[in-house]
Amino acid sequence: MTTSEYASERETTEGRVFTVTGGDWDSLTASVDPLSNEKIVVNMGPQHPSTHGVLRLVLELEGETVTECRPVVGYLHTGIEKNLEYRNWTQGVTFVTRMDYLSNMSNEVAYCLAVEKLLGVTDQITERTNTIRVMFMELQRIASHLVWLATTGMELGAISMMLYGFREREYILDIFEETSGLRMNNGYIRPGGLAQDLPESAVKKIRDFLKYLPKKLKEYEAMLSGQVIWQQRTQGVAVLDVTGCLALGITGPVLRSAGLPWDLRKTMPYCGYENYEFDVPTATTGDVWGRYLVRVAEIRESLKIVEQALDRLRPGPIWIEDKKIAWPSQLALGLDGLGNSLEHVAKIMGQSMESLIHHFKLVTEGFRVPPGQVYVAIEHPRGELGVHAVSDGGTHPYRVHYREPSFVNLQAIPAMAEGALLADVIAGGASLDPVMGGCDR
Amino acid sequence: MSIQSGTEGSAPVGAELGAPAQTPPSPDKGMFGVKGTGDVSGFGRLTRPRPAVFSSPRPYGEYFDDVYDALEEAYPALSEAIEKVVVDRAELTLHVRAEHIVEVCQVMRDDAALRFELCSSVDAVDYLGSDERRFHIAYQLTSMTYRRRVRLEVAVADGVTVPSVTRVYPTADWQEREIYDMFGVVFAGHPNLTRILMPDDWEGHPQRKDYPLGGVPVEYKGAEIPPPDQRRVYQ
Repeated sequence: MTTSEYASERETTEGRVFTVTGGDWDSLTASVDPLSNEKIVVNMGPQHPSTHGVLRLVLELEGETVTECRPVVGYLHTGIEKNLEYRNWTQGVTFVTRMDYLSNMSNEVAYCLAVEKLLGVTDQITERTNTIRVMFMELQRIASHLVWLATTGMELGAISMMLYGFREREYILDIFEETSGLRMNNGYIRPGGLAQDLPESAVKKIRDFLKYLPKKLKEYEAMLSGQVIWQQRTQGVAVLDVTGCLALGITGPVLRSAGLPWDLRKTMPYCGYENYEFDVPTATTGDVWGRYLVRVAEIRESLKIVEQALDRLRPGPIWIEDKKIAWPSQLALGLDGLGNSLEHVAKIMGQSMESLIHHFKLVTEGFRVPPGQVYVAIEHPRGELGVHAVSDGGTHPYRVHYREPSFVNLQAIPAMAEGALLADVIAGGASLDPVMGGCDR
Repeated sequence: MSIQSGTEGSAPVGAELGAPAQTPPSPDKGMFGVKGTGDVSGFGRLTRPRPAVFSSPRPYGEYFDDVYDALEEAYPALSEAIEKVVVDRAELTLHVRAEHIVEVCQVMRDDAALRFELCSSVDAVDYLGSDERRFHIAYQLTSMTYRRRVRLEVAVADGVTVPSVTRVYPTADWQEREIYDMFGVVFAGHPNLTRILMPDDWEGHPQRKDYPLGGVPVEYKGAEIPPPDQRRVYQ
């Protein structure tokens, strides 16, 4: 029954099914009788390079026009929220950081803000910690937007953009590695403080990066903005206006590309964002082009914030004063990774029995969080990241739910894709910047 | 703390294979003798009844009084719809009866003095054992006009349906599907209430408190991951 080497076909109860692997579209169309079979159902993904991870789209096509689009998610569900309930509040950080793997720091900050609000210690977080948190969230935003630029460039045919985007992101991951010992999944932001202080070497790296990136950004714009193919693949494609965005709950750069300057850093500030000067870039077109402009402009704004944060950085404690919450360790970056510093171990062991007991209790058992529930939201690279945390008074979260912007934003794919061309599904889906690890959790 | 050497007559499981020593867990005790969610600490949460949640007295403070008054004016049947009003940690929670949730959402969205245009999040919490109506659905509403947030909470028992708010907030579509998938709460009037994160043929609802973590056979290999309270036993 095989019509060609590539596009194999088989008969099923649902009709004829073809398996297409790419480059064999001609042999498929040749074997479909256009008179009896007007409608084709294409199953795109879950393993498709332009679906940003394991997203599956079931598309009904008439010719090249999409008449129906059904997104299928869940292929990366790992039960992170369930797992959180079996670990103490501090250990939760290492779980949430793995949700949206392109914005680990933002996930961690959102979680820690929720725990701190439950504890009622939001005001006691030190100035230095807040500044470092802001700086790292913004570096994370830049890294995330660079990956967006890279992958979207690749999907729309600008392969070199992919190499450049990932290359520049590597600088930021180096900074994270210098500080936390890990490039991704850092586990660096902790309830009440930070895993360890920002080393001087990282400050120097950040300063260098601030000089380096603006030049590169100009190069990208020179490469993409004036290019006719890029313009035609993005302008007027996958339009979603403010009404549509609000109805579907879309936030972040997609909402701002439609013209509404809603940015939680400005409208509901946290971590001291009200003390920084930056603009909220918007566009009015509501299409992929507008989202591109907004994201590139946001990288520039984030650079401004990082620079201000560096200037505000003063020596000081990173942990909250309350010794019943503050992690009693002093981590040091050794040759074999991050670990407890030997001096600190010697100090605890030699000091007093009580401090050893306290250390042991806090590390093994964790601190208790008064019962209640909070909802904390931050501006994530992809939109509103909300954490609904519930405590029953114990040392473990009773329930933590992540309102993931990737999950909510993906609902917009049918609205963008239906009635448009098949090729624009790729551009529209990419412009939402979904990260499936975050979507499926 | 020492690793238990095993009950009489039973060698630690896996001891011959060179694996970390495991002893069969006693039937009525989890890790460290604690039931319920496995507490790796061993000392806390022996039994912890969830404290009752009471209505907060007026004035609620901040913008909460304005929101409540505006809602009362726009929705005269409010006293029937609302069970209690809780202000905690600078957040307002309106506990709404399930049958009124769609109307309340509609008013919250459309009234000029309320304008909660965005439904940020819909999720559920399972209060098994501490509340007869174990599933609490929380709707986090955001007013972009006034920069306010309010949480609506609906409590239902197992098997009771909740009206779907997708007609008012289409964004609730996938989030209600997730709640159905994870907790088994059925939303009446939802356009397509199917599983979303778990496979379609999955049995059970994983986020329920009586659903175990781990211990579920892994497809393809016949392997099984032991639940965390049975991986190691220190006693």
